[in-house]
Amino acid sequence: MFIGLVLTQVLILNHIQFSGFVNPYIYILFVLLLPLNTPRYAVLIFAFLMGISIDIFSNSLGIHAFATVFIGYIRPLVIRVISSREEDMSDYPGLMQNGIGWFLSYVSIMVLVHHTVLFYLEVFTFAHFFSTLMRVFFSSVFSIFAIVLSQLIVFRD
Amino acid sequence: MRGLLRYLINNHVFLLFLFLEVVSLIFVFNFNKYQSVQYLNSSNRVAASVYNYFDSVVKYFELAKDNEILAKENARLKSQHSFLQNRSDSLGSGFVQHDTNYRYIPARIINNSVNKTLNYITLNKGSSDGVKPDMGIISPTGIVGVVISVSKSYSLGFSLLNSRWGPSGKLKKSGFFGPIEWSGGDYREANLMEIPFHVHLAVGDTIVTSGHSAVFPEGLLIGTVKEFSQPEGESFYKIKIQLATDFRSIHFVDIIDNIDKEELQKLESLIENGATNN
Repeated sequence: MFIGLVLTQVLILNHIQFSGFVNPYIYILFVLLLPLNTPRYAVLIFAFLMGISIDIFSNSLGIHAFATVFIGYIRPLVIRVISSREEDMSDYPGLMQNGIGWFLSYVSIMVLVHHTVLFYLEVFTFAHFFSTLMRVFFSSVFSIFAIVLSQLIVFRD
Repeated sequence: MRGLLRYLINNHVFLLFLFLEVVSLIFVFNFNKYQSVQYLNSSNRVAASVYNYFDSVVKYFELAKDNEILAKENARLKSQHSFLQNRSDSLGSGFVQHDTNYRYIPARIINNSVNKTLNYITLNKGSSDGVKPDMGIISPTGIVGVVISVSKSYSLGFSLLNSRWGPSGKLKKSGFFGPIEWSGGDYREANLMEIPFHVHLAVGDTIVTSGHSAVFPEGLLIGTVKEFSQPEGESFYKIKIQLATDFRSIHFVDIIDNIDKEELQKLESLIENGATNN
């Protein structure tokens, strides 16, 4: 899954673009779908390895690693916030296990945070604040769409 | 001491988080000093061979177009050749060829992007083919970029579409020159800076390389003036240029090796040192 996602990302999705700057990133699916009982330090290390692999292929050393480690760290927090207490959480944070509504809000929050960190670190200035914000927004929409779609295709009954 | 240890153990996740983020940031800020992290870019063996393999499949879809571009260049070179031959015949044996200090290494682009703020190109030629950092990259239609990092059989270069690098461009008509900058956005446009107001400009003027650096020979096509304005309170034009190279469709490029570069650099550093000594 690790290698599959890296290859999909760098060979196909990195070449996709609409109106110049929109670029979907679905490799973070790997971090999103780690089982909930994975130790937190392991999540961070996996996230770092994933990010650095993408970085090596796209010559953006450190940027993806930073953003991915960041969402790896806030993952338990996000899950706690969006899950109601009575709900019996499944151990696997997937689409089929927890329903479409839960999965959609989970993916949306994580993708938005990831893209915000990623794009602002990439330009490393707030000078083009709004144009970067537009990139964050549109890329996020495409990433969320691609991630949910991939889950529907892979895990249909 | 025990308290400190307990603190470390209790917060090991947060500390690991901090550690990994700091490592990432160090990578971000040191990427350009490529000696230390040279192997962590797409000219490394694993990444480059993946791209090379993928490209060897995909390139068949682009063959017709590539063929057309190469045929056009061939025709252009042929006409140029016959023209030059006629001229050298008429000049007789006294004619001295003076622009032979550049060597061209043909290469294929195996990875390229146009949609980032920092775009890079990966080429399938490396140090074993004689490629070195700081060599220019050109396509049949215009200039493309410059090599920054080389492995044994692959190399990585800044694309012109990279805000960290820009060549020096010259207005062909008037000879005034200034840096070319790409500030992100459209991959078909860039800006020509530092052209003063008294220069006469027209839309469609040709911009070529100035030849002031050792990277490119003089007179290679960069693009044409698309639009220009005179911003108030400044002394330089704001010039938007249409790039001659279509960065989305280039596949075959030449790497330019300036044979006299070392000599040039030695001379220039000599002058610089001399100037500081005085």
